[in-house]
Amino acid sequence: MTKQDVTTRPTDSADRAREEPALLPAVDVIEDTTGITLYADLPGVPKDRLNVRVEGETLLLDAELVLPLPQGMEASHAEVQRTRYRRAFTLSRELDPDKVSAEFSQGVLRLRIPKAAHAQPRKIAVQVA
Amino acid sequence: MYRSLFPGDLFAEVDRLQREMQQAFDTVSPSIRGFARGYPALNIGNTPASVEIYAFAPGIDPAKVEVNLERGVLTIEGERATSVAESHGKATAHINERFDGRFRRVVSLPDDVDPGAVTASYRDGVLHVSVARRESAQPRRIEVQ
Repeated sequence: MTKQDVTTRPTDSADRAREEPALLPAVDVIEDTTGITLYADLPGVPKDRLNVRVEGETLLLDAELVLPLPQGMEASHAEVQRTRYRRAFTLSRELDPDKVSAEFSQGVLRLRIPKAAHAQPRKIAVQVA
Repeated sequence: MYRSLFPGDLFAEVDRLQREMQQAFDTVSPSIRGFARGYPALNIGNTPASVEIYAFAPGIDPAKVEVNLERGVLTIEGERATSVAESHGKATAHINERFDGRFRRVVSLPDDVDPGAVTASYRDGVLHVSVARRESAQPRRIEVQ
């Protein structure tokens, strides 16, 4: 996912959404030599309700939980009581926000944030004199 | 309020505060197994015709989840692979909050459910189990002769 196609919703609704209390999704963040992989658990979120944005140095995850409930259902026990997930991360300078790629399947978001070319590991050949 | 064993331990203090907040805001009564909720999180609802169970279990293989109903007790069992092992080599896990390993959750259902009428579906990481109530237990309008 690139920077250009991530903002689709108008800013006023995004601002309103930010005030609403939200669930903090569980994440795994794994770093290897070429970049960072972030996994986020977002159960109940259809693909079109997931919003991943990079604003400056901040990575924002914002998603809406949609459960098709049968009519007339009364909740008797609820461990998940909100319908929105939100979490923000601060990216560090060596990460390249323009090359973020995202996959989303069965409620798990996988984001890959590669390191910028200058931060990639380089092997320095040792010259034998 | 109790005194911390190590006075000045900010992390313990934050932890205690968090626990107290959770207790204060929890609307459901505390479980005998404490406040730590298992994986997957469960929401349960009732309709006049059925009991609906939603298990928030993202990233699992639906073929490997076992849903059993025995004597009014519904069991959801399975396993979730770790994402940390996926990236082999020189990798560092900075945050590791997501559940991995075997899970099992048990729900006791009302007496009037029909064990023969259970449906389960998995969508967007949510396992939805619907158990119908027995026809005889459903509300009926009785005609006055």
